[in-house]
Amino acid sequence: MQAVEITPEIVAEHGLTPDEYQIILDRLGRAPNLNELGIFSVMWSEHCSYKSSRRHLGKFLTTGDKVIQGPGENAGVIDIGDGDTIIFKMESHNHPSFIEPYQGAATGVGGIMRDVFTMGARPIALMNALRFGSPDHPKTKSLVDGVVAGIGGYGNCVGVPTVGGETNFHPGYNGNILVNAMCVGHARADKVFYSAAKGVGNPIFYVGSKTGKDGIHGATMASAEFDDQSEEKRPTVQVGDPFKEKLLIEACMELMATDAIIAIQDMGAAGLTSSSVEMADKGGVGIELDLDLVPQREPNMTPYEMMLSESQERMLMVIQPGKEQLAFDVFEKWELDVAKIGVTTDTGRMVLSHKGEIVCDIPVAPLADDAPNYDRPHEPTPKRPQIMTADIAEPSDYNATLLKMVGCPDLASRRWIWEQYDRTVMADTVDNSQSGGDAAIVRIHGTQKAVAITTDVTPRYCYADPYEGGKQCVAETWRNLTCVGADPIAITDCLNFGNPERPDIMGQFVGCIEGMNEACRAFDYPVVSGNVSLYNETNGVAIPPTPAVGGVGLIPDLNYFATLSGAKDGDTLILIGKTDGWLGSSLYLREIENREDGAPPPVDLQVEKQNGDFVRRLIRDRRVNAVHDCSDGGMLIAATEMAMSSRTGLMLTKPEGSCLTNGWYFGEDQARYLLAVDANSVNPILSTAKSMGVPAIEIGTFGGSQLKADNHIDLDLSKIRATYEAWLPTYMES
Amino acid sequence: MQTAVIVFPASNCDRDAAMALEKVTGRAPHMVWHRDSELPSDVDFVVIPGGFSYGDYLRSGAMAARSPIVKDLVKRAGQGLPVAGFCNGFQILTETGLLPGALMRNKGLKFVCRPQELKITNGNSRYTSAYGTTQNVVFPVAHHDGNYYADDSTLDSLENEGRIIFKYEGNPNGSARDIAGICNAEGNVFGMMPHPERAIDPQHGGTDGLGLFKSIIESI
Repeated sequence: MQAVEITPEIVAEHGLTPDEYQIILDRLGRAPNLNELGIFSVMWSEHCSYKSSRRHLGKFLTTGDKVIQGPGENAGVIDIGDGDTIIFKMESHNHPSFIEPYQGAATGVGGIMRDVFTMGARPIALMNALRFGSPDHPKTKSLVDGVVAGIGGYGNCVGVPTVGGETNFHPGYNGNILVNAMCVGHARADKVFYSAAKGVGNPIFYVGSKTGKDGIHGATMASAEFDDQSEEKRPTVQVGDPFKEKLLIEACMELMATDAIIAIQDMGAAGLTSSSVEMADKGGVGIELDLDLVPQREPNMTPYEMMLSESQERMLMVIQPGKEQLAFDVFEKWELDVAKIGVTTDTGRMVLSHKGEIVCDIPVAPLADDAPNYDRPHEPTPKRPQIMTADIAEPSDYNATLLKMVGCPDLASRRWIWEQYDRTVMADTVDNSQSGGDAAIVRIHGTQKAVAITTDVTPRYCYADPYEGGKQCVAETWRNLTCVGADPIAITDCLNFGNPERPDIMGQFVGCIEGMNEACRAFDYPVVSGNVSLYNETNGVAIPPTPAVGGVGLIPDLNYFATLSGAKDGDTLILIGKTDGWLGSSLYLREIENREDGAPPPVDLQVEKQNGDFVRRLIRDRRVNAVHDCSDGGMLIAATEMAMSSRTGLMLTKPEGSCLTNGWYFGEDQARYLLAVDANSVNPILSTAKSMGVPAIEIGTFGGSQLKADNHIDLDLSKIRATYEAWLPTYMES
Repeated sequence: MQTAVIVFPASNCDRDAAMALEKVTGRAPHMVWHRDSELPSDVDFVVIPGGFSYGDYLRSGAMAARSPIVKDLVKRAGQGLPVAGFCNGFQILTETGLLPGALMRNKGLKFVCRPQELKITNGNSRYTSAYGTTQNVVFPVAHHDGNYYADDSTLDSLENEGRIIFKYEGNPNGSARDIAGICNAEGNVFGMMPHPERAIDPQHGGTDGLGLFKSIIESI
């Protein structure tokens, strides 16, 4: 190998600080060569090393009765009984999606699926959480178009249903959109696979696509801020091949059914480097790879390029000695590249050879364990004053106000998006985005059990008060799972923030984590996997703090669940939870008053739990016909969504003694649910609620074809629906 | 009654099709790998499932239509073996020439997945006889290339010979004459873009698809 002198410029180009470089010099006792520097730089990038976030992530509740594997593996594993496990994770693909929306989003879906099937699970559902800039921003439309097509293009081809998600628009994402993808898989408990390489002299197999020059330094790119030249980084975005992914899933499933695999790890960010280092580090072994044996897309690739390539659809495995031929046969059947490229060793070193020369020889432990772990300064976000409902003027025309709300970018129908996703492939989707429900419901194949899945965060709350916002995003996923009758079990998270080197941003990060953790502990609802995405800013402007949470729960028996679609003519609408009419940081304030100020609604976790447990009990006792939680836009929006989804009108009556009308309709007080119940169930439910200290009140009756509320609102449901359906297709086609 | 499902690389509705066949016949179908050269001799009915065979690269269904198993499939279909293709299976059947026409990119250029109302336009076919007086059914559609095209004389003869079995109510993809499903002149080979195999279960997409499977099984 031609020796390249490592200059301070080269070190800086690799995103390493002089201090970090000094650690490398100390650990090696010599200067690294270029390959070694490249390997250190990706392993120590923010994306791979979590160097700004690690110490805070350690605060999370990560254990519990149902947790089989918490953070630290490719994905989290939870026990859903009967020998079944659910394996899931959410991950960001923000920077690549902004630069190249179709491929960025597609490879985000591909990557998160690999994290799940690497662990032995067949992927059964995909979700996504998307944040785009203002609809008026010139890039937004093409980003929406490309991201949605990319998510669909990948998931549809692989044949895993995309069952739900969320999409929001805010100018805070103009220069940095968020594309967070979540995958949920199912495995039998005795067939969960891990990444720790074991033994000495065991063969290391490379399978999947060939290695090309795409995506080199993707992890480093994802760990830097954007500027106006970011478009030039397009070549660092990988290109996905969902066809290969589908073959890889089937081939891995086939080989996993045997006892041939000791350890397995997908090649995600930092490709061959991070997969081999992680496997070796976790297993406490060394690793020797002959790079000449790596399947390559083009001739004359250098070791540097091979180690840093982020070509997609690739896996690394440690195979049981004697089972090599079995592995070759399975992968060749599925027409995938397969090669034995190395062995495990007892040296604790990563040794790479290329064309007869040793091109890298470094100890494994410092790459993983000695990665920098920064205690970045953090400033708490100043508290905002509370906005009193009485200080917000009542609208003169509530009909117009309701129509404006249901047709606003954050509440309007997402049909244009979800119709592009295959939601029913695999034939186990019980409920999906189409209903507008709180959580998707996916049956465990061949059983009457189902998982409920939701993604949520309210960035405007997190921006106003990271701690309360952090509590709220966890609480909302817990509430959404409760709404369908599921027992919430665990979450995955995707923590999207700006530059952690700025104390105010770091303050948002720390505040959100502490709030989230408080909620996790209150609900016994641990974090089992996740991802941190920092440096989400362009030209020094950070995104709103966006800790997206993916919640998973279990419906033990599909004879007992609920959606928001089941309200019938004559049903009574009951509101669970207390309404003070909280308008601070509400969607109403933003859309109608054009204000984004005020403290967000506080979350009382004990009340949240009490109200939710009560609602879930009613669902299990089959005493409710439909359930929906009150979130963005408050009670009136939730009630309208229920009426639309159930295809029946609704007459709402504001109870005496309740708060002011605009707060009653649009306030975003937490821990609230709407229940549609048979008229003769009302009294028993209200009295049970009373005895348990759960606030419950009758607020309306279903029937007819209008939505009416007091003497303020009288609209044909068809007119509301037309407004609700119109915005997104009109925008995309304009 | 023995059925079979052909599995191509990146078929993804093969399990769904197998579930439907097992539900109706009480017996698991043979899962036949595309590289096999012959269908098992005891097979009475073959389903070509949906998916993205070969990633839909080149043209949807084009490469699968050249798979080793397809040679024998074409031969057996010519001898009267009932063969049905759903979604990608329909695309493959047109690429083999067993069914006329072609499936082009949807008129709206987007992938479309929705519950789709269909009109049974020939209730006497081998694939619809069990529906009795039922005129409309709902099956899910989920495709990017479902825009059926054939020249006018082909469309006329399909129409005149009663070979258009299903039409869309509210055309999702721009198909000529709202065509959702057709059969060959002999009536044993049938293809449609919607997914009857995803409509066999009240918990998932309803049960409107059962009649299609019952019809063909009863006709054998």
